Amino acid sequence: MTALAPSPTSSGLDHLDALESHALYILREVVAECERPVLLFSGGKDSAVLLHLAAKAFAPQGLPFPVLHVDTGHNFPEVLDFRDRAAARLGARLLVARVQDSIDAGRVADPGALASRNRLQSVTLLDAIAEHGFDAAFGGARRDEDKARAKERVLSFRDEFGQWDPRRQRPELWRLYQGRVNPGEHVRAFPLSDWTELDVWQYVARERLDLPSIYFAHERPVVARDGMWLAVGEFVEPRDDEVVEVRTVRFRTVGDATGTGAVLSSARTIEEVVAEVATATISERGATRGDDRFSETSMEDRKREGYF
Amino acid sequence: MPVATKDVLRLATVGSVDDGKSTLIGRLLVDTRLLADDHLDAVAAASERRGIGDLDLSFVTDGLRAEREQGITIDVAYRYATTPTRKLVIADCPGHVQYTRNMATGSSTADLALVAIDVASGLKEQTRRHLVIAALLGVRALVVAVNKMDTVEWSRDAYERVVGEVVALSTTLGATSVVAVPVSALYGDNVVERSARAPWYEGPTVLEALESSDAGAWERSRGSRLPIQWVLRQPGGGRTYAGLVSGEALRVGDAVTLLPAGIETTIRSIRYGGRALGEAAVGLAADVELAHETDAGRGDLIATAPLPRVTRELEATVCWFGDDPLELTGGRLRLKHTSRTTPVRVRAIEGRLDVGSLEVTDASALSTNEIGLVRLACAEPLVVDDYREDRVTGSFVLVDATTHATVAAGMVGRPPFATTRR
Repeated sequence: MTALAPSPTSSGLDHLDALESHALYILREVVAECERPVLLFSGGKDSAVLLHLAAKAFAPQGLPFPVLHVDTGHNFPEVLDFRDRAAARLGARLLVARVQDSIDAGRVADPGALASRNRLQSVTLLDAIAEHGFDAAFGGARRDEDKARAKERVLSFRDEFGQWDPRRQRPELWRLYQGRVNPGEHVRAFPLSDWTELDVWQYVARERLDLPSIYFAHERPVVARDGMWLAVGEFVEPRDDEVVEVRTVRFRTVGDATGTGAVLSSARTIEEVVAEVATATISERGATRGDDRFSETSMEDRKREGYF
Repeated sequence: MPVATKDVLRLATVGSVDDGKSTLIGRLLVDTRLLADDHLDAVAAASERRGIGDLDLSFVTDGLRAEREQGITIDVAYRYATTPTRKLVIADCPGHVQYTRNMATGSSTADLALVAIDVASGLKEQTRRHLVIAALLGVRALVVAVNKMDTVEWSRDAYERVVGEVVALSTTLGATSVVAVPVSALYGDNVVERSARAPWYEGPTVLEALESSDAGAWERSRGSRLPIQWVLRQPGGGRTYAGLVSGEALRVGDAVTLLPAGIETTIRSIRYGGRALGEAAVGLAADVELAHETDAGRGDLIATAPLPRVTRELEATVCWFGDDPLELTGGRLRLKHTSRTTPVRVRAIEGRLDVGSLEVTDASALSTNEIGLVRLACAEPLVVDDYREDRVTGSFVLVDATTHATVAAGMVGRPPFATTRR
């Protein structure tokens, strides 16, 4: 049946162009359909790619939405520097919602100075979404990260409590993304849904994107804990039985500094990271995230509560 | 360094519940060693915790708690795998009839259907329903894993009986390519590793069939289509129109018509991410400048000949997903087609498609997960092609105007395989 053969006149798209174009399309579609979008920006590699794509989607005009950082207070200083640098370069309006403020206001209990605030972020995020009246929030989440994320729509509906209900997701046919909601509800939009970690790094290489320096190999004092290398510093103190070692490491993900592990690596350039990721046998969250080890379905549980 | 661009095959699993779709995908990923070690360990630990043996392969994609508790797939899981020859985007879809909307979600963007059929039970009604829906959605290439061959002692007769049934149905439905493979997903026969248990079978393994399939870009039509998503204002006062190119590539100098207004003009320039291009390939999120000043905006469409048609009345095929039936007197609906959303009314329900007989029979309503032929009247004109001609300009969704839930998948035109009983 010739009706379905690829048109001989259309040149095939490079796979990064195809991913990029799909992401630009999603960004434009959500901005066109929703009243008050916001882009969630952690300063990590995925949100850096997302911010870059957002700038491309609307160039030569500026971003048609603000950028929101949900700040756990447990940061790597290199990441905060990068956050401010990236937002300033694009002239983006940067909003910061602090978990510390949620703790001070009694919205969440303080888990203690050295405990992860990862799970608390959901409350801070939902409060910020309600305060600003956002009806769409772009995130850099990818389906290859986790088995619950693998199930999520590109446009993912949240009820008035911010909950994701995996049993009642809206059908999402073709590329007809449908983002309308009633007051108090919102959608999360994930333009990088179909990107893998390797795609992200290949794209970073192609676009020569600026990233926080901790994504590249450097020497740092670390302790081995829970099968990960944790960076010793303000948020991680060595316990009695732990030995502090200086190792050459890099971070594959950036999260709450109390629970984000580094990996041993000698990859100092983007190209070396691409080569490393291409041959990795452990997933990025498996290698670096303490949060995901509590239970079999920790990501699903957090997402139900309104997590990213 | 495996950085070179590879061509991408998007596939969706199709078939009835318990015929082994998720196990097949799990087996495919495990045996190709494309699953991360920690993910495999987690699957093993979850299997052990539930007392179901060493490794329940369905847990590779069934990641939700309820799915693992019930041993079923509820919603589509997407997995990404790069083989030595191509990139696979795998949508593992549910088989239960109540989750048909999720199966349709997964199949709507697929190039190929990977069909799992339990050899002992043959072609069930639910498998037929899925094959019909996949065909309606334009998936014309099938790889059929005739599964659980171990339960029939690798009987060639049993295999060929199932293959005969599925080939007959697929041919009626308009499939262009059907490759059947006898497999045991549970034991790994003929999925990635060639089995010694079926010496009579000389065809490809499932992986080989996927790697060699030429099901590819289906986005085609004679003519370019650029549904305008967004207007970009350029320095100096000009405007460019952004959208995703479908049909065929768009070039600078092409004579185009802006629809529905019918204004004839040409493409003056094309940009992508701020860079000037001579040609925008299909799938590119380009922005274009027109030679004439127009008041074009979101919802309009730029097209080259042969032009799509402009209409407020649609004859269409719909898969109804709403909890309440689709009726002439039902709730208010909106229709989203390309970048245009309009209020819509159901003028007539012309019949229901029986997935068993492929006959259209009289119906006054469509229940959840039924397929029907309808006539729709839109408040605003739409710029459409038949779905068989163009998957972008031929598709739409119906949305509940009150809850904003997506309640139907719609395709412009009639399925060619449906016959009408009078």
